Amino acid sequence: MRKSISAAEAAAMIPDGARLMIAGFVAVGSPERIIDALVARSARGLTVIANDTARPGLGIGKLIEAGCVARAIVSHIGTNPVTQRKMLAGEVEVELVPQGTLAERVRAGGAGLGGVLTPTGLGTLVAEGKQVIEVEGRPYLLEAPLRADFALLHAQEADHEFNLTYRLTATNFNPIMALAADCVIAEAMETVPVGVIPPDAVRTPGLLVDHLLERMH
Amino acid sequence: MDAKEMIARRAAQELRDRTLVNLGIGLPTLVARFVPPGLHVAFQSENGILGFGARPPEGMEDPNLTDAGGGFIGAEPGAASFDSAMSFALIRGGHLDMTVLGGLQVDAAGRLANWMVPGQLVPGMGGAMDLVTGARRVIIAMQHAARGESKIVPRLSLPPTAERRVDLVITDLAVIEPTPDGLLLRECAPGISVAEIVAATAAPLIIPDVVPDMPLGGGR
Repeated sequence: MRKSISAAEAAAMIPDGARLMIAGFVAVGSPERIIDALVARSARGLTVIANDTARPGLGIGKLIEAGCVARAIVSHIGTNPVTQRKMLAGEVEVELVPQGTLAERVRAGGAGLGGVLTPTGLGTLVAEGKQVIEVEGRPYLLEAPLRADFALLHAQEADHEFNLTYRLTATNFNPIMALAADCVIAEAMETVPVGVIPPDAVRTPGLLVDHLLERMH
Repeated sequence: MDAKEMIARRAAQELRDRTLVNLGIGLPTLVARFVPPGLHVAFQSENGILGFGARPPEGMEDPNLTDAGGGFIGAEPGAASFDSAMSFALIRGGHLDMTVLGGLQVDAAGRLANWMVPGQLVPGMGGAMDLVTGARRVIIAMQHAARGESKIVPRLSLPPTAERRVDLVITDLAVIEPTPDGLLLRECAPGISVAEIVAATAAPLIIPDVVPDMPLGGGR
């Protein structure tokens, strides 16, 4: 049986300036306990790759408010006025990426692909500085793969081999980020013995997960 | 009936049976309330569900079942959930029959701007660029004007969301169809004259001989 770690131990592994993928969609499916521990240890200079920056006081919004984040690569900051204010003030650098492009760039990063060709963003600000490649007569933007030092995940169940399941819309970026970072740290709502999660139900195989947070107390 | 409800009711008339439809946040979400009786429409939310339903009663919400704005939703029989890559494969891959989105501007070429006002309001594009690029039909549901200024303009002054010409624009004054020849006035809102629409629209309009009133469906 593999051993779990505390949230504080997870946060201590993540150095200032690290590049993080954090799963979640407006904090649904975000690893709140790891985020809280990063805020508690006053992490600084983080790059966060995520769908959005949630809301003040919630999920990645807590990292933004606490000044942990130097750069955010996200699709949307409209739900977080603090991020918008900090971006306009030059305190947080924000790179906006179309959501489907973000998902595919993360997937490419985790799947060993050299990028993706997408029609999304053609003729917009997103296309600036990017190569346009024609395939079978249609133009596509070449979008580079994304990887990170750490992926921080939120699962529904984790078994003792760290196999993970997700629930409904809390799934979002979790399964694709699990493949795209050098070190994968997960927290789960429930910890269960091996066998409770049938093989067909495993969404992220435990071999991809480096560390699991101890169960919630 | 207020302007938003009228726009939503008219947009609901574009729904077709057994289709997959994505509604943007804000005004477009209202469209789900006015699905014509007898139609089976599956609504997708890009955070990873198809077949979502109305918010459950207080105390019965599932924190893992939310829409793209983070609000609680329910699920209809036959619903399916998936990750973000699959969600956008549906959107970009031609599997989404229709999207209804809000807009900041639509221009004479039928191009949409709806994701930022430089230096002022920068919410980000979220899923909008993928939706406009990939959905089979793109319908814009918005107020005709903002702060007295027409949102239907000769040429976008705001950054475009995509190159694609949108299929239909529904406002509180009119229904307008962007065509290769320009913006075709298709319908007037009840009680609004063609002259009033022309006066309230900064872009040139093509005016057919007959412009009927908007159908708004029955019900409430």
